[in-house]
This record gives sequence, C-alpha cells and structure tokens, in this order.
Amino acid sequence: MHWTYDTWALAHGTGGAIVKQGGDTWFFLTADYAFGHALERDTSDVVQAAGGKVVGAVNVPLNTSDFSSFLLQAQSSKAKIIGLANAGGDTINSIKQAAEFGIVQGGQKLAGLLVFISDVHSLGLQTAQGLTITTAFYWDLNDKTRAWSQRFAKRNNGRYPTMVQAGVYSATFHYLEAVKQVGSAADGLKVVGAIKAAKIDDPLFGPTEVRVDGRAVHEMYLVEVKKPDESKAPYDYYKILAKIKPEDAFRPLAEEKGICPLVN
Amino acid sequence: MFELLGIPPQALFGQLLIGLINGSFYALLSLGLAIIFGLLNIINFTHGAQYMMGAFCAWFLLTKLGVGYWWALIAAPIAIGIVGIAIERTMLRWLYKVDHLYGLLLTFGLALIIQGLFQNEFGSSGQPYQMPASLTGGYNLGFMFLPVYRAWVIAASLVLCFATWFVIERTKLGSYLRAATENPALVQAFGINVPRMIMLTYGFGVGLAALAGVMAAPIYQVSPLMGADLIIVVFAVVVIGGMGSIMGSIVTGFGLGVIEGLTKVFYPEASNTVIFVIMAIVLMIKPAGLFGRAS
Repeated sequence: MHWTYDTWALAHGTGGAIVKQGGDTWFFLTADYAFGHALERDTSDVVQAAGGKVVGAVNVPLNTSDFSSFLLQAQSSKAKIIGLANAGGDTINSIKQAAEFGIVQGGQKLAGLLVFISDVHSLGLQTAQGLTITTAFYWDLNDKTRAWSQRFAKRNNGRYPTMVQAGVYSATFHYLEAVKQVGSAADGLKVVGAIKAAKIDDPLFGPTEVRVDGRAVHEMYLVEVKKPDESKAPYDYYKILAKIKPEDAFRPLAEEKGICPLVN
Repeated sequence: MFELLGIPPQALFGQLLIGLINGSFYALLSLGLAIIFGLLNIINFTHGAQYMMGAFCAWFLLTKLGVGYWWALIAAPIAIGIVGIAIERTMLRWLYKVDHLYGLLLTFGLALIIQGLFQNEFGSSGQPYQMPASLTGGYNLGFMFLPVYRAWVIAASLVLCFATWFVIERTKLGSYLRAATENPALVQAFGINVPRMIMLTYGFGVGLAALAGVMAAPIYQVSPLMGADLIIVVFAVVVIGGMGSIMGSIVTGFGLGVIEGLTKVFYPEASNTVIFVIMAIVLMIKPAGLFGRAS
C-alpha cells in the first residue's frame, strides 16, 4: 500500500499549477536515481500536455552539496522555470544557492516538486517565500489537524509534523482499525482486504479510501509559502491556494490498466 | 566564437571559478585533517561532525544569543576547538602509541554519536541561517554572476591555508611541531611541553573544521549530516595529496574542486565519483599520494 504522495500527484499538483500561471518552459535539476527520474518524467508529461516545453535537464548525483554549477547550466538554458526533481537536503541546498546566485532576481522561477515543511523551516521564509508546493497535509487545516500536530510538536522539541509523518500515523491508524475489525493480525491478506474495504474519515487526511491498487487517496493541497511578514508564528508557513479533489490528485485507475497487475 | 566540446568559453570560465570556490572548502577541511594526521598520526573521522558543530554553533549564536556571522567566525572555532581539546585530553591521547586503526575507530564512533545526538535534537532537515547583509548580492563578471559571499569564501580560504602552511613549514613554532612528531622524546628533552603542543595542535585542526562549518552555514544546508556527506570526499583529497602533507592537501583541495566542477558540465552523473576514480589512479601510480613522502 502507498500513502501520502507519489510522483504523479506532485507533478500534477505543482507542475499543472505553474504551467497555468504561464511557466511554460522548463529546465530540470534531477536527482540521479529512480525517484528523481520518475518525478522529472511525470512533470515533463504534465508540462507538455499543457502546451509547455522542456528545454533541458541535468542529472545531479544524490547528496550533492554544491549546486552552483548545475544552477548556472539552468540559468543559461533561459527556461522560465527551473524544476527541482529532488528531495530533502538536495532541495534545500539547491533553493538556498539559487537565491545566492540571483536566479530568482534574474526572472527565472523555481518549482520545488517535493518540498516538506521541515525543508521550508530549514530554508527560512526569507529564502523560501513564494514557492508553490503540493502537499498532502498541513498542520493548520482544521481543528483535528491542529490538535494532533500540537501534540506531535510537544513531543518533538516544537517541530511540526511533515506530510510523511502524518502519513505514517494515518497508515498505522488504518492498519490497526482493520486488525480490530478482522480480530487478528495473523492473516495479512484479510487485513489488507479490510483496509481496502473501509471508508475512513481520517483524522488527518479527511475522507480516505484505499483503492484496489493499494493507493490511499484523499485531498491534496496546492500551497504557497508565505512571506516573512505574513507568518505569525513558527511553522505558520503556508497559504492554501487550492484543494485538489481526490479523483484529480492521484493517477486515475483507468491509466493503470495493463501496468498494475491489481487493476483489471 | 570558439567552443570547447560544445561549451562556450564564457560558461567554462564560470565553471572553473565555481570549481575553485568548492575547492576552497575542500582545502580548508583537508588542511585540518592533514595537520592532525601529519602531526598526531590520528585519522580524525570526527572532522565532519566538528565541521557540522561549527555550523550549528553559528546558528545557535545567531538565533539564541543574537551574535552575528563575523563574531561567529571567531567564537565558533574557539568553542568547538575547546570541545576537541576535551576529546583529545580524555580519549585520544591514550591511543597515540597503538595502531592508527584505534584512533580511526574512536573518532568514527564519536562522529556517529555526535551526529545522532544532533539529529535527535534538531531533526535531519536542519536549521535556517541567513547570510550577513554585507555579503549578499554579487558582481556581474560578464561571463557569470559571482555572489559576493563566494568571493569572500575563496579569499578567506586562500589566506588561511597559506598562513597555516607558513606557520608549520617556515616558523620556529612549526619546526618544533614537526620535530615533535618525528621524535617526541628528544624534543621533550629540550624542555618543550610536547603533550601540550599536541593538544593545542588537535584543537587548532578542529577549529579549522568549525571555521569551515561557519563559512558553509549561509550557503549549505545546516543539518546534522552535512559533514558526513563531505568528509568522505575530503578524506579522498587528503589521500590524493599525500597523508599529512600540508601543501599537498591545499593544492589537491583546490585542484580537485576544479576537476569536479568541470565534470559537472561534461558528465554530471560522474561528478561525485570522479574524485574517487582519481584517488584510485593516484594510489596505483604513487601510493604515498602526490605530495607524500614514502616512509
């Protein structure tokens, strides 16, 4: 089973929104492993389907600390959007150094395709402001998410949960509910069946359903990172731009026919 | 206009310059390692963790005490150097007489513990550190945009590297140090406090790592594992330069920065392996490294 996000959801959320805003030429900085390549592929598809163009890409080894060389290559490509098909420390370093090299002042925009709230915290709003991000979870959505996140923060030196931490909580929650329903954890297939059959109003993700292919689907959010003066407290980082409906957020089952053996 | 392998010369100059800037970090870090190895015979695997602690110290000074970048450049190396001295006094000094491997194991274990503690406390994404206002912006060189901060890093690193080399290779203090590594008993017989000198040398090497950490804070992610990623490359730099050779580590640091920078243009996929390929070739041809003396 697969929780929280996948490259298709990230590509369609962020990629689609940016092309709509006029960002129709892209250059990718791609982390050179399966995840980065999948993210570049899915985002390129979205960009091209929307009439945009991919003018180039460079494969960056994982855990590169200095991106200046790659940023210069992206700069000279003259693409309007520099797509960051990477994650974690690589994303932080590339955004930090893009600010340093005047990429954004030069008129190009960054598209962070996978950015966690912990990354935004590490960058600081001064550097991260204005980024458009697709996320499955934000702590400040409703009373339930706030209550849970504050409980989380209390136990974690004041750090607020990322969408991955929320996703792990939710997956565990669904699993335990299913085990309770089946009465035992001994038969794994039965438990999986119970998870897929359940329609749960998840405390963190809202109505959540696990599809036949194992994909947990729920709403996703398109958010923008706030400017420093808009943020009132630590981790008050996102403005919600749009809610993405579950059926639009994830790859439709129809597209998986013949690819995924679970889909007939 | 002529092109070299499809790359316009202007882009090439930019990449060369960037390579030099990265090289200055390698040089600073490998310098500290080379001093500690050359003079103490300790393979200091905590170097990466000490670099990270330098960056975190700068973050702590800025966010908790309101102490800015320039003071952090002085305070962090002293603070982390003192931590280093404490490690030397309580643990490392018992290992000088045994095989190198024990020092390596101890410092490697310490690095894991320190990184683990920081990760537990601060998480793995790290902390924000804003660049001091006086160093933001950049120069338009025509062929590239050179951020002021990078220019500062390259200048500071060059000055520090050559000052350190000068002290160790060309001054009386340096000659004591070098003599103490060759024959500590004899130097002690001349009335020089060798254990104290070695302790301060370790503290100085660690201080250099912390200083590199402060310089990295505004441009690299300040996270518990920032040093772990870098330390392996830096060790390769020291091995290529010749273990313990001060000048070797400086020249190799800058040189490999440039080679790595060019690889990022011509064959980016190999840019994090090229240094190890060079290391393998150098070790086959000159096992003691480019500037090392065979013992």
